[in-house]
Amino acid sequence: MNDVILSRIAEALIWTGRYVERADATGRILDAYLHRLLEDPWRDEDVACRSLYAILGVDAGDERVDMQQVLDQLAFDARSTCSIEGALGAARLNARSAREAVSSEMWECLNSTWHALADQRLAARRTGPYAYLELVRRRAALFFGLADSTMSRDDSWRFVVLGRSLERVDMTVRLLSVRVLDAAHAPDWPTLLSASGADEAYARVYGGFGDTPRVAEFLLLDRDFPRSALHALTTAEECLAALGRPRQDPARRPIGRMRTRLEYLDLSALEDQLPLLLKDLQQACMASAEAVAEKFFPYQGPVEWAQEGA
Amino acid sequence: MADIFDAYALADAWDEMFERPGEVRTAYEPVLAALQPIEPGELRFKADQMARASTDRGVTYAFAGEERPWPLDLVPRILDALEWDLIQRGVAQRVRALEAYLSDAYGPCRAFEDGVVPWRLLLNSPHFHRAAHGVEPPGGVRIHVAGIDLVRDEAGDFRVLEDNVRVPSGVSYVIENRRAMTRIFPSLFAEQHVVPVDGYAQKLLAALRAAAPDGVGDPRVVVLTPGPSNAAYFEHALLARLMGVQLVEGHDLVCRANRVWMRTTRGEMPVHVVYRRLDDDFLDPLHFRPDSVIGCPGILSAAQAGTVTLANAVGNGIADDKLLYTYVPDLIRYYLGEEPVLPNVESFRPDEPGQLDAVLDQIDQLVIKPVDGAGGQGIVIGPKADRETLERTRAAVAADPRGWIAQRPVALSTSPTLAGERMAPRHIDLRPFAVNDGSDVWVLPGGLTRVALQEGNLIVNSSQGGGSKDTWVLAEGPAEHPEPEFDGTVPDVVPRQLGPDGTPAVVQEGAQQQ
Repeated sequence: MNDVILSRIAEALIWTGRYVERADATGRILDAYLHRLLEDPWRDEDVACRSLYAILGVDAGDERVDMQQVLDQLAFDARSTCSIEGALGAARLNARSAREAVSSEMWECLNSTWHALADQRLAARRTGPYAYLELVRRRAALFFGLADSTMSRDDSWRFVVLGRSLERVDMTVRLLSVRVLDAAHAPDWPTLLSASGADEAYARVYGGFGDTPRVAEFLLLDRDFPRSALHALTTAEECLAALGRPRQDPARRPIGRMRTRLEYLDLSALEDQLPLLLKDLQQACMASAEAVAEKFFPYQGPVEWAQEGA
Repeated sequence: MADIFDAYALADAWDEMFERPGEVRTAYEPVLAALQPIEPGELRFKADQMARASTDRGVTYAFAGEERPWPLDLVPRILDALEWDLIQRGVAQRVRALEAYLSDAYGPCRAFEDGVVPWRLLLNSPHFHRAAHGVEPPGGVRIHVAGIDLVRDEAGDFRVLEDNVRVPSGVSYVIENRRAMTRIFPSLFAEQHVVPVDGYAQKLLAALRAAAPDGVGDPRVVVLTPGPSNAAYFEHALLARLMGVQLVEGHDLVCRANRVWMRTTRGEMPVHVVYRRLDDDFLDPLHFRPDSVIGCPGILSAAQAGTVTLANAVGNGIADDKLLYTYVPDLIRYYLGEEPVLPNVESFRPDEPGQLDAVLDQIDQLVIKPVDGAGGQGIVIGPKADRETLERTRAAVAADPRGWIAQRPVALSTSPTLAGERMAPRHIDLRPFAVNDGSDVWVLPGGLTRVALQEGNLIVNSSQGGGSKDTWVLAEGPAEHPEPEFDGTVPDVVPRQLGPDGTPAVVQEGAQQQ
C-alpha cells in the first residue's frame, strides 16, 4: 500500500539521516581533538580550537578560544544545527514529522537520546565531555543500526541512507581540507584518523605509519572503509540510482562523476591534486543535494493562502 | 507493613473497587491482591518508570504549550463481561441513532416534520453546513468513528454524558496504556482474561476502505493531521503507522478538477479516503475559515463531487451538539424503535418554554454547560461556584437560552488512584470508541478511562490536567481463542550450530575419544 512517500516525508528523512550523521561526526571530531589536547601538553589550545572551528565552518572570532567555548558552541548549543545538540534536536523534529515513515524504534532512539542529552550535558560540566560524546556516538550507531534492521529497503530507507552518505562525504572532506588548506591549524594525522573513526581500520591496512598521501588516500579512496569518501559516494549513488528514473539524473550525475574520478585517480599526483579535489567533492555533494530537493520535494516554502479580494 | 490503601476513604460516590470500606468487588480482587503487597516506594518507582517510558516513546500531550508525559495511573479500571455487554450495546445503539439523525437532517428532515426535534435545533446550529447538504456518503456512513462519553452515577448506573462524532480523540492512549501496563505488571495480566485492544487499527482501516467512493478498486487512505504542533499529533501518527497509511498535512495534498492528490517523490498520487483529524472549520479555506493554512483548498468540492470520502463527514457537529444530546433518547425510539440501553444524565433545555425559569431558579444546584464547549471549557458546576460566577452564568443563560444546557450534577464514580505514595479515590469517566463500517458498529473493548487527578474535581479532561487508566474488559470464561493443547510430541529440531567456544582443541579431541 505504501509504494510511494510524500515529498515532505522524503525531505524529513533525508535530513534526519544527515543530522544524525552530523552529530556523530562532530562528536568524533571533538573527542579526537580533546584527547590529543590532553595527551600532548605542548599543543596550543587556541590553535587547536581554531582548527576545529575551521573544520566545522564556524567563525572563531579574534579572541583566544578555549575548549569550553568550543564545547558550548559545537556540542551544547541547541540553537545551531552545526552543534551536536542542535543537530540531534533537528533530527528528532524531522523524524517526528515523519513518524509513520520511520520505525517506532528509530523514533524512540532519537527521542530518548534527546531527553538524555540534558543530563549528560550537566554531567559533562563536572566530569568532562567524554560520556556525553560517547552517548552521541552510541546513539547515532544505534539509530542507523535500527534503520538497517527495522526499515524496509524501500525509498524511505534510501532517503535516510542518502542523507547520511552525503553528510559523511562532507564531513570527511572538511577534516581533510583543514589539513591540506590550512597548515597552521592542521590536525596531525593520528587525530585526523581517529576523528574519522578510521585509526584502527587504517592501521590494519597500512600499519601504524602515516603520511599525507597515504592517509588522504585512505580517507578518500578506500573501497572498504565505510567512512571513506569513495565508499560514501558509492552508497549515495546506489540510493539515487534506485530512487531516480531518468538516465540523465541531475542528482546522480555530480555524484557519479566524482565517484569515477576518485576510482581512476592517479595516486602519484594525489597530494598536488588534493586542494582542488576536496573542493570539487564538496561542490558535487551540494549540487546533488540541491538537485534531490528540486526533483523529489519541489513544494517548499511556507504555505500562503490569499483571501479573496485581498 | 505499610499498606498503600491505609488512608483510602470512600468518597460520596460509587467506588469502582470497594463496595464498602475494606470490602472489595469481585472483579477487582486479583488487582487488589497484586497491588496491596507493593511498598509505597516501589509503587512510586513503577509510576516514574512508566512516565519515563512514555516520554521516551513520545507518548505525550501538550499541556499549556509544554510536552508532558501521558499520565497513566497504575490501577486499572475493570469492567466485567455483563457491564461491557451493556455499554457496547448502548454505544452502538447511540451511534446508529445519530447516524440516522444525520442522514435525516441532511436529507428528508422527517424528524423535524414529525415534531420529534424542533426545527430551530437544526437551523441555529453553528455546525449545520450547507456544504454537507447533498453529499451522499458512500454506504451512508457519516460517523466512521465515534467517542461516547459515559459516567457512572451514585447508584452505579452508566449514563451517557456526551457524544463525540466529529473528530473524537484518545484511542491511541487506550492502545498505549495497555502496552505500558502489560510491561509494568506482566504477572497481573497472566491471571486475567483481559480482552485485547490491538485490533482497533485494522477495524478502522477496514471501515475507511469500505467508505471509499464507489468504483475505486484499491482505495488509498490517508490520515490528515494539522501537524506536529497539534496536541493529538501523537495519536494521528500512531494510527497512520498502525494502519500503514500516509500521514499527510494540508500542504501535502492538492486538489485539481475535483480530485484530491498527494505530493510524493514519484509525482502526484490520487487519494480516495481522508481520515481527517481537523475540524470542519479548518478543513477547506475555500468553504470555511479562509485564514486556515492547515487545510486543503478544494477538498470539500472533491467530497461533494464524490471522488473522495471525508471521515468523519463534514457537518457532523449538528449531531453532537449538547442540546441535541437531550433528544437522543427520543431519536433512538423514533428511528430505531428501541428503548435506550444507556440513559442520559437528567438534563434541562433552557430554550424550551417553561424550562428557562426552572433552570435559572435552581442554577446553584445544576451543572451549566455551553452547548458548543469542548474540553470542559465554560462548564459551571452550580453547587461549587461562587455567587459572582452564578450571577454571571444566570445572565448568560437568560441572554442566550439556546447556547446552554443544564444537568443534574452527577457524583462520578471513583477509583483508587496513586496520589503521592498512597491510594486515594478520584473521579473517573469512560470514553468507549466505536467504528462504523456501514454494516456494523464495532465498539473497541474498553475505552479511555480518564481520571481527575485533583481531589473532588469532576472534570476529567486531559486539557484540564487529568490522568488516565488502562480499562480492562474481562472476558466471560476462557479466552476466545484457546491455545491449542500440547499433545506431548516434540518436533524434530536441527541442533544449533555453535562456533568455537575458546576451549583448547586438545581437550575437545580428548572428549571425542571417550
